[in-house]
Amino acid sequence: MTVLMQQTTTALNGQADAMVPETAVITRIQYEAPDIATYTLSFTDDHIREQYQFLPGQFNMLYLPGIGEVAISISSDPGQPGTLLHTIREAGNVTGALAKLKKGATIGVRGPYGSAWPVESAEGKDLIIVGGGIGLAPLRPAIYHVIRHREKYGKVTILSGAREPGDLLYPDEYDAWREHGIEVIVTVDRADKNWRGNVGVVPMMFYKMRPDGRKTVIFTCGPEIMMRFVVYEALARRIPKERIFVSLERNMKCAVGFCGHCQYGPFFLCKEGPVLSYDRVEPFFSVEEF
Amino acid sequence: MTNSIPMPGKHIVIAKDALQTLFSTLQAANYTLVGPTVREEAIVYEEIGQMDDLPVGWTDEQGPGTYRLEEAGDGRYFNYVVGPHSWKKFLYPPKLTLFSAQQNGDGVEFTANKESPQYAFIGVRGCELAAIAIQDRIFLEGQVTDPHYKKRRERAFILAVNCTQPGETCFCVSMQTGPKVKNGFDLSLTELDESFLLEIGSELGGEMLADCDWRPAGSYELNQSRQLMLDAEMRMGRSLDTADLPEILLDNLDHPRWDEVAERCLSCMNCTLVCPTCFCSDVQDVSDLTGGKTERVRVWDSCFNPDFSHVHGGNLRPNIRARYRQWLTHKLASWEAQFGTLGCVGCGRCITWCPVGIDLTEEAAAIRGGQS
Repeated sequence: MTVLMQQTTTALNGQADAMVPETAVITRIQYEAPDIATYTLSFTDDHIREQYQFLPGQFNMLYLPGIGEVAISISSDPGQPGTLLHTIREAGNVTGALAKLKKGATIGVRGPYGSAWPVESAEGKDLIIVGGGIGLAPLRPAIYHVIRHREKYGKVTILSGAREPGDLLYPDEYDAWREHGIEVIVTVDRADKNWRGNVGVVPMMFYKMRPDGRKTVIFTCGPEIMMRFVVYEALARRIPKERIFVSLERNMKCAVGFCGHCQYGPFFLCKEGPVLSYDRVEPFFSVEEF
Repeated sequence: MTNSIPMPGKHIVIAKDALQTLFSTLQAANYTLVGPTVREEAIVYEEIGQMDDLPVGWTDEQGPGTYRLEEAGDGRYFNYVVGPHSWKKFLYPPKLTLFSAQQNGDGVEFTANKESPQYAFIGVRGCELAAIAIQDRIFLEGQVTDPHYKKRRERAFILAVNCTQPGETCFCVSMQTGPKVKNGFDLSLTELDESFLLEIGSELGGEMLADCDWRPAGSYELNQSRQLMLDAEMRMGRSLDTADLPEILLDNLDHPRWDEVAERCLSCMNCTLVCPTCFCSDVQDVSDLTGGKTERVRVWDSCFNPDFSHVHGGNLRPNIRARYRQWLTHKLASWEAQFGTLGCVGCGRCITWCPVGIDLTEEAAAIRGGQS
């Protein structure tokens, strides 16, 4: 059995003080769903803009002076680090204030932080990418990476689900993904009268797939309850724990392992996570309130 | 008595009042002296000016949930057990501005806080040196270093004290952190009846004694010091069996003991605030009235704070059971995977300052004893 090594980064873009952000300007805002928008950010400093790189699955800390800071996954193509996208759902103070900002506004950005989807060690394998709701955002850089290197992967399936049709993320891109020989399965928990697609929670859609447990890798991000059942379905299809990767979310304040908020057993999810293989998190994954 | 610079590794003896000469030398070298002093019915670590500020003749009586100052009247300077403060308040301040943000037309400008005080710590116990070494691993030895901690730490002068007065809640022997200090100090001191026995830990430590009258220690002083350490080792009020402790705790995340302790725990955060190794923090924005200038301030936080694990959609640890379990399993289990050491040094502060007297040695032993 191949054990996939996780990639982590030490790239902090040379900051002496990791807690001090760089400035970036919002150059574009694209509305995705009623409370979700994608922000294009551009670093003010030319040198940083040119040097900045990230791995799929990593996140940045976005800072609004006087409001606060929030950890947001990068949702753009790691092959084009100059175009830095974050898809953000309005959920709290900082994301609420972000939603009020207009194009041209300046914010603070520091990063990238955290572990990445192991796209390189998944080469040669079949890949199932499972996103629930906004959980598709941190998976999109991996999707772009796979498309860019499509010949290096076997069968690729993307499973995207949301509560309602209007909440589906990036629906306009699904056909483009399909053009690259990727199967895209879409489902909603609750349909409306115009919906002609699948109805049912995300893990249910596994019945549509016939994954080969010997050579399949899973990347999943979404509500923890969804990931728990994705893992269950994957294990039932003999996909080994080491090849199931989940992206976990906890409160994050510093993103460099100092503030303690994102602890998950032995892990700091900002450093060893957010992306971890299931065999590493299994002892804690079903412990209530852990 | 001679008057020159003793070399590292050497043991020397000074008269008690010669400590004042050392204090003056440190002050002349631009050190801010911080050390034990009596304030609000406790021995706390604050800025001190001279020897008289030390808790001369004071000691304390401690137990689970109790701390009482007592007049010992013996004229000793270091005859107390550790109090509610620890040195982390200087190296990792409870409140620290990280940077300021200034609105500047359409943009914003960030300016880092470069402040770097120079402290001389007077009276650091073995358990506390171990706690500093643990925080070094957190803030200095990872992929990223904390520049604020680094500056304070590198500039700090450490006068350690061999502990001759362990208390009812102490268990440094179990954690192998005391009562004798081992390394990581500039000078270490043992308080004898008539004099101070000093061990020189660094060249800087020796240099700061240049103005003191000292003589090499004799076998009388060395024997007396050894005896005091042996006595102190025998007087530990608590013990903690650390064998396989991380595995035992992490294998018992659903142990009924967590429910029992949750019925007593008030989730008040005292234990994490007095703990010399607890390092969790929050960051807050403090803006001026115009909103144009904001300071980004780091403050101590606690895993007992209900807000601590808040994510959109709610609090991940709404129950005290989960919060206590997080604290104890971090301190005595997952800390090891993270930093290669347990997060406890056996100082007993969390037991003393717990308003309901919860004792982590008792909790750990209960889970060890009744493994499911």
